[in-house]
Amino acid sequence: MTVAFYLISALTLAGGLAAIMLKNTVHCALALTVAFAGLALLFLGLDAQFAGFAQILVYIGAVAILVVFAILLTRGSETPKDGVYSKHWPTGLVIAAAVFAVLGWAVLQSMRVLPSQSQAPVVTVQQIGNELMSRYVLPLEIIAVLLTAAMIGAVIIAMHDKVENGSATNKEAAK
Amino acid sequence: MTPLAGYLLVAALLFAIGLAGALTRRNAILVLIGIELMLNAANLNLIAFWRYGPHPEALTGMMFAIFSIAVAAAEAAVGLGLVIQIHRHAHTTDLDAMNRMKG
Repeated sequence: MTVAFYLISALTLAGGLAAIMLKNTVHCALALTVAFAGLALLFLGLDAQFAGFAQILVYIGAVAILVVFAILLTRGSETPKDGVYSKHWPTGLVIAAAVFAVLGWAVLQSMRVLPSQSQAPVVTVQQIGNELMSRYVLPLEIIAVLLTAAMIGAVIIAMHDKVENGSATNKEAAK
Repeated sequence: MTPLAGYLLVAALLFAIGLAGALTRRNAILVLIGIELMLNAANLNLIAFWRYGPHPEALTGMMFAIFSIAVAAAEAAVGLGLVIQIHRHAHTTDLDAMNRMKG
């Protein structure tokens, strides 16, 4: 429990809170990036260097950019006139508070039996690569297939369906 | 407080924040942002248990987190593609306005 842990946690939680509370959607995406960066720092503090840098690459480098693209493509930065919260926001807030109460209660109750290995594990990237190629090779292949399918699927879903419009304009041009 | 309990509490708080965002916001993209926060909180739990649990040299928690990051990236791509397509179709990303299943 160092000062760095408290500072990084506060930064992460503030980023997360800002990401769901700000009115402008683009500001929300920027706050989300702050939360992702704070999480990457927490991973680094937990001696998981590879996961920390993967978090920076995947989340800050790809997911945050994707979110900004989606916001700009849907003109989502305009604040709607009847508020940014849905009609049933008190119910959602109560559910979230209840979930946090249950999780926090479970953590506090099990504090005595939680493991506390103090020695930092030494993990090299070579070890991770060896594990990925030996013990975890099947999940790796499945993830590869999943990512390919998701990429093709996302392109097909978001592709502009211009076939009918295109043929219509072609006919008009022919006339 | 042990270090692991601190990380678990932070993860629980982040999960609750993400859940609140997913349940209270009107914009579909903000709901996806809330889901991403929840996934990240789960990753933090996995890494924290890997670090402080027995046998960290087996790398199980870390591998789980790395695969989870990959799945979350795929989920974000497909989800945002769906949001863009819905916006093209219904000209809104307001979830309260999307109250019918017929296209």
